[in-house]
Amino acid sequence: MRREHRLNALILGLVLAVPLWAWATSEPFTITLATRAVIFAIAGVGLNLALGTGGLVSLGHAAFFGIGGYAMGILASHAQTYTPLFEWPFVLEGTKSMPVIWLLAVAASALAALMIGALSLRTSGVYFIMITLAFGQMFYYFMISWPAYGGEDGLSIYVRNGFPGLNTLDPIQFFALSFAILCAVLYLVTRLRASAFGLALGAARQNEARTRAVGIDPYRVRLLAFTLSGAITGLAGALFADLNRFVSPVMFSWHTSGELIVFIILGGVGRLMGPVLGAALYVALEHHLGGLSDYWQIYFGAILLGVVLFARGGLIGLIVGRETAHD
Amino acid sequence: MKMKSLIAAAALAALAGTAQAEVKVGMITTLSGGGAGLGLDVRDGFLLALKQSGRDDIEMIIEDDQQKPDVAVQIADRMIQAEDVDVLTGIIWSNLAMAVVPGAVAQGKFYLSPNAGPSALAGKGCHPNYFNVAWQNDNLHEAAGAYANSAGYTNSFILAPNYPAGQDALTGYKRFYEGELSGELYTKLGQTDYAAEIAQIRASGADSVFFFLPGGMGISFLKQYADSGVDIPLIGPAFSFDQGILQAVGDAALGVVNTSQWAKDLDNPTNAAFVESFAAEYGRLPSLYASQGFDTANLMISALEKADVSDVEGFRAALKAADFASTRGDFAFGPNNHPIQNIYVREVIKEGDIYTNRTIGVAIENHADAYAAECGM
Amino acid sequence: MTFVLLVEQVLNGLQFGVMLFLMAAGLTLIFGVMGLINLAHGSLYMVGAFAAATVAGATGSFLLALAASLGAAALAGALVELTVIRRLYGRDHLDQVLATFALILIFSEGTRWLFGSFPLYLDIPPALSGPVALPFGIDYPRYRLALIGIGLAVAAALFLLISRTRLGIQIRAGEEDREMIAALGVDISKLYTLVFALGAALAGLAGALIGAIQSVQVGMGEPVLILAFVVIVIGGIGSIRGALVGAILVGLTDTLGRALLPVLFGLVMEPAAAMSAGASLASMAIYILMAAVLILRPRGLFGRA
Repeated sequence: MRREHRLNALILGLVLAVPLWAWATSEPFTITLATRAVIFAIAGVGLNLALGTGGLVSLGHAAFFGIGGYAMGILASHAQTYTPLFEWPFVLEGTKSMPVIWLLAVAASALAALMIGALSLRTSGVYFIMITLAFGQMFYYFMISWPAYGGEDGLSIYVRNGFPGLNTLDPIQFFALSFAILCAVLYLVTRLRASAFGLALGAARQNEARTRAVGIDPYRVRLLAFTLSGAITGLAGALFADLNRFVSPVMFSWHTSGELIVFIILGGVGRLMGPVLGAALYVALEHHLGGLSDYWQIYFGAILLGVVLFARGGLIGLIVGRETAHD
Repeated sequence: MKMKSLIAAAALAALAGTAQAEVKVGMITTLSGGGAGLGLDVRDGFLLALKQSGRDDIEMIIEDDQQKPDVAVQIADRMIQAEDVDVLTGIIWSNLAMAVVPGAVAQGKFYLSPNAGPSALAGKGCHPNYFNVAWQNDNLHEAAGAYANSAGYTNSFILAPNYPAGQDALTGYKRFYEGELSGELYTKLGQTDYAAEIAQIRASGADSVFFFLPGGMGISFLKQYADSGVDIPLIGPAFSFDQGILQAVGDAALGVVNTSQWAKDLDNPTNAAFVESFAAEYGRLPSLYASQGFDTANLMISALEKADVSDVEGFRAALKAADFASTRGDFAFGPNNHPIQNIYVREVIKEGDIYTNRTIGVAIENHADAYAAECGM
Repeated sequence: MTFVLLVEQVLNGLQFGVMLFLMAAGLTLIFGVMGLINLAHGSLYMVGAFAAATVAGATGSFLLALAASLGAAALAGALVELTVIRRLYGRDHLDQVLATFALILIFSEGTRWLFGSFPLYLDIPPALSGPVALPFGIDYPRYRLALIGIGLAVAAALFLLISRTRLGIQIRAGEEDREMIAALGVDISKLYTLVFALGAALAGLAGALIGAIQSVQVGMGEPVLILAFVVIVIGGIGSIRGALVGAILVGLTDTLGRALLPVLFGLVMEPAAAMSAGASLASMAIYILMAAVLILRPRGLFGRA
């Protein structure tokens, strides 16, 4: 077993152990923090598929996170008031059922990723970073000025949505649900990376001309990766909205996109568990530094800078050394 | 994990020698980023009142929400789940209040709002455990509309950012204003250049301009307006004219009329003592936000003197009685636990080197909000 | 919409555009020569504004304030380049994005720590305050006219610097082939520091000039930064000419969009709905413009393939 695999198992074990310990000692807030980390991790794993495996640096993934969040907010708010979303061409009722919400969140964010990707992937490099940023900002300003669902005030959902057989209001049960989804997403991404599609995506990142020469169209492979990536991030957005029982345009802001990238860099670009470690670390730092000083962002900035400058390959890279990343 | 901000309680407990906290108060407010000035004022006003009360049984837990709704929700979850606070307070922004308040009161906590007053929480979403000690969001705008009538304006140009609070502001103004509108404009939230809007105002032939542009937006607008040579009189709510902002606007704000439920020179003994002690304690003049923080703490203390916080019915009734000396003079709660109070008209003046406000009249007396009827409490 | 109002709005768009150019020129230079994407450019804009407000407050002189903004931003830029940025030149864009994102956090909170949370005061110099009468009965603020003049003058000076001076030759050589100019005996690390400081000084100048009509506060650089990125992407990254064209295009689109779209919507919709819809679309207009340009010309208007 390679070191990275052992480390991956350790990280996953820790992410599971901390809330279990908190549950045993009745510290419900620690469970909430762990759930936050797990949900950020799902979003990061989604982005990492495009960014790490595909080399597509998207500074607009907040759009998909936000779309997932608003899918939950809009469906649940209509269920709360017993009004249908629309009645033509067919009647769509709101719902408080998580599986249905997830399905629609994934579908909506995948569709958005498909459209944004189809346009953005015509560019590359810095242009790609900037055009994805621009699309993210478009969604942000649109949500702020669209009054139907609260605009800048956002939407409050008073009771967390339901999942058959679980009491989602109980922190540990909601954590378990999120953790199960994280595991499913990690499994899916592992399989994808080992598939012909994953290999083609990695090849397109490393050498576009050669990929083309063997008959693969890099554009289509990347578009598929970008769409899947957006869909996973959208699913995380729906969970995040349910964790907070609240959605607002802040989910769309470019700071959110930046934070998603931070998770990946902190953990390690292209590493399967990079975003998981990064998100856990981010939540822990945010929580602890916030208590130390009103100016905690200075320290956070310094830590981030240190990681980028001196710990190339992120923390996983630092621990396992130069053992092949980007596999 | 509680690392921070037992400031007031720790200091007082050290003096008294016994640290027996009977009431836990969680304050979620904005202490970092561009909006930190408001949160600092609310916090400092609140802590000043605690200190003056001499009570050593109130434990404060203060956390920074970074002006982000998800962070505020997370802090509220922690305060409720882990710290088991009795009373929550401190939120500055309506969107954060909408994220936190419904959940907090549904879990049986009291929430005392020192600043935000979204209409949803005043109308259908009202709750017996939610008390607003500042104003309903529309109040100051409604007062501006009433003032425009009394000043004889008949052709106003109105503008606000394109977001819910901005839309509420223009609606509030129009609810009381009886004249014509020569123009109505929505600007981009966070916009800093108003050349295009000022050009439209110049061309509109209006006799007055009502604007709601909080924070940096208002500073930019006022400076550019003063420089444009357009001399149509301005009216605004106090948010663009508070003590923290005025020094950055400078001469451009002089003479502008604004509406506020509080002013530094309101003539009552509580207010005189508050202004003096705040300046002595913190070395700066208080803003309306500081007065709201101060009043919120005093309301809570007055209720604690009548009933124990664990006696939910009793404590609620004691809060509702609003039996405290407000910096605003008369203060009472309406049926939806929102204030009934005078809204004053102020004018920006220069006192020595300091820009500040002078009260010039009352815009509306004993003003309640428009949503109370929708509250089914 | 009268003719006079339209002319005034075009002037406003032009003024906004030339100020964006000051920001965008530095960004695009730094990218062109060093291949670096610098998110912290907005922080240097903020540094310039804070330095100007401090000096203006102490001395009362606007000219000294402008000098201070240039000096402070150039110094901050050089310091950042020497300590952090130069480690990032060989890295991929992802590392650069993250490291400069971290710099934003440090700059913003550091400034708040030094200057407090309340906005600072910086005003227009008396000589430039008030309106001036132009032909066709247009009253236009003197200061904004001055901004257009200063912006165009700086643009001209920048073009001269690049086409006529030794530094300009080195910059152009650096854009063409980075290895080559080192081989020619140019002290490349000094050149990089110089270019970075130059870009920073331009941003600082823009911060001071704009700070006088807006508010000098923490975080003031971020909205401008994003706009400046839109500008250089539209113009073609690395092209000064592209930055000028892109800046004016963005300035005009934003200003005219805000003024005209609600009126246009008003022709077909209820006034209240038209205003809200027009304002919403206007706030997205420049991003739509950018997406359209990139779809038609993936390397921007003046970018090299």
